[in-house]
Amino acid sequence: MNKQAQTLAKDNDGGSIFKFILSELRPKGRILTPFNIIAIPIILLGIVLIVIRFINGIGSITNLSQDTPWGLWIGFDVVTGVAFAGGAYVLTFMVYILKMEKYRSIVRVTVLNGFLAYLFYAGALLLDLGRPWNVINPIIGNSFGTSSVLFLVAWHFLLYMIAELIEFSPAIAEWLGTRRARKILSGLTMGAVIFGITLSTLHQSGLGALFLMAKDKIHPLWYSEFIPIMFLVSSIFAGLSMVIFEGSISHKVFFDQISEKNHKAQSGILQGLAKICAGAMFAYFFLQLLVFIHSKNWDLINTPMGYWFLFEMIGFVLVPMLLYLYSYRTRNILLIRLAAILTMVGIILNRLNVSVIGFKWDAPVHYYPSWMEIVVTLTVIFTEILIFRWIINRMPVLRDSPAWVEEEH
Amino acid sequence: MNFDRRNFFKTVCVAGATLAVGNSFGAAKPDESNIEFQGVLYDSTRCLGCRACERVCAKNHELPEPKDELKAGVIRKTSEKQRSVINNYVTSKGEVYVKKQCMHCNEPACAAACLTQAMYKTKEGPVVWRGNKCMGCRFCMVSCPFDVPKFEYHSANPKIEKCDMCYDRIKAGKIPACAEACPGDALTFGTRRELIAEARKRIFENPKDYVNQIWGEQVAGGTGWLYLSSTPFNEVGFNTKLQNSSYPELSKGFLYAVPSVFVLLPPLLLGIHEATKNRNQANDEENE
Ligand code: SF4
Ligand code: SF4
Repeated sequence: MNKQAQTLAKDNDGGSIFKFILSELRPKGRILTPFNIIAIPIILLGIVLIVIRFINGIGSITNLSQDTPWGLWIGFDVVTGVAFAGGAYVLTFMVYILKMEKYRSIVRVTVLNGFLAYLFYAGALLLDLGRPWNVINPIIGNSFGTSSVLFLVAWHFLLYMIAELIEFSPAIAEWLGTRRARKILSGLTMGAVIFGITLSTLHQSGLGALFLMAKDKIHPLWYSEFIPIMFLVSSIFAGLSMVIFEGSISHKVFFDQISEKNHKAQSGILQGLAKICAGAMFAYFFLQLLVFIHSKNWDLINTPMGYWFLFEMIGFVLVPMLLYLYSYRTRNILLIRLAAILTMVGIILNRLNVSVIGFKWDAPVHYYPSWMEIVVTLTVIFTEILIFRWIINRMPVLRDSPAWVEEEH
Repeated sequence: MNFDRRNFFKTVCVAGATLAVGNSFGAAKPDESNIEFQGVLYDSTRCLGCRACERVCAKNHELPEPKDELKAGVIRKTSEKQRSVINNYVTSKGEVYVKKQCMHCNEPACAAACLTQAMYKTKEGPVVWRGNKCMGCRFCMVSCPFDVPKFEYHSANPKIEKCDMCYDRIKAGKIPACAEACPGDALTFGTRRELIAEARKRIFENPKDYVNQIWGEQVAGGTGWLYLSSTPFNEVGFNTKLQNSSYPELSKGFLYAVPSVFVLLPPLLLGIHEATKNRNQANDEENE
């Protein structure tokens, strides 16, 4: 924070907040970082594509067809993105409900990540809607489709974003230096956490329940009545692996923000998370095994889709699970990171296998995303990272809260 | 962490209100088994393959007139430009014409999927699409077991296209345009009960002409459009692996679990929170 900003931030509840925000809007640091050089042209191209999409229709930039109504934007951005955002509800559960104090220092950044993920990835849903101007219909209540799983998921996205914003809001108040607001907002945290965890269990599983009616279209190795439970359990280690991955990068990129104490605590945190991931993955693998045995799909294993299934289950569930276990025992941070990456690839595979690859796997023409769909997806991801960086550089997310917060306690 | 109990109760109240609303919506739904839905019986043994139905359908719904040729063994699909098609299937009994369009399910997956009730089962029987409500999410397309709804991918104001059984004509006391136009009397309009009785009668009177099955009587929980055929139905492009129970049933279990989670989980979390709080305090005291 520069000097002027600091003085402004100190005088709380004052009228200078507006001036302060204006001064904070200006970019900080170098503009021509390697990340910016890659990200900004892609974002600009993505914006052009989005304009074309709204003029000429979704088909003008996507490979979607009557056989494949949902492609990369739903299968990856929304379904996979939300699984990765699951870290927020798991961590708030661990810290606020179970009081595992060790993890308190990473709650804020995880909640921020979760919030931005919902904002952008669920927001990407709007790009995929053919008639987005009607998106208010299920919200203002003139046409409630209460029998629809998607109705439930949409509402939960909305409410959960509010809950996460409340959980994060004390950081905003600390940034603005508004003491009274901070006090009120942090009083709301517990309610938001409890509400948020409940919403998360329901919509993480709800995303799986979306596919229940597509019984005859999804490959039987991925379809079962237990998809909702699979999605819920896997969101635990998907989210935590994302926390490990993102935390490892943040520790390098935002090195100067993190206090000495928290730097030292990091390896302990990663080991703890590795242990939890291994446990959740064991439960998940066991569930998958039970469902597989129960469904008697033995003959399907010896087909190309069957090999693909084994590839996912062994290569990207069993292997990273063992890796987590081993690296936890040997305290090998590098292996923990490797396990996190493998797990994340596994989650991407799984969600795409259910929603895109295994969907009408037997259709004569198969869907693959167009380069324009990929650019738009990258645009969404990069914009999210830019905003994330903007916030990290300004608000006390990774760094400790300002001194006055301690004084008040 | 000091925790404000009032906030928690507020949360519970909001959750409770949501539940109450959800339940009242559930209760308002009429019992569908008591309603007499109307539908159409299509008898493929009477179909001449003249495609009068295709043309009159296009004209009635302001869609382009179908110009492509009908060739034996070449299967055309319904599309965003064509709600109803006739195909010529080469079967074990020779060439057979079969018409395809929306089945107008008794318990439509598309309507259960739709979060805005744009897809809607009318009390008369047709399943209709309402553009002022639809947000174009295409969840109906994902869910329909017959792959009927089609989407205009190349429009800035895209519509979902599918047969609506000429709902406007039915409301005006007329019969669907295709049924009126058919010169071979292959399409019969009526209540589902009458149509099933009529189909049974035809099978009974001419057992050699028909396979002993009415497609649509049971599949997907029963459909408004019913089919008679001289060949097994899998030979004329029907997926005979579809389940006989209704498709919305598949996600009902999940939806029913939602209120219980909402009621049970928050108090549980609060309980754990209180328990761990005390434990932590005890620990602190011990340490001091
Ligand atoms: S056939 Fe498909 S589109 Fe038609 S009513 Fe049934 S579920 Fe809906
Ligand atoms: S595309 Fe329209 S009709 Fe189909 S489920 Fe979505 S909102 Fe309903």
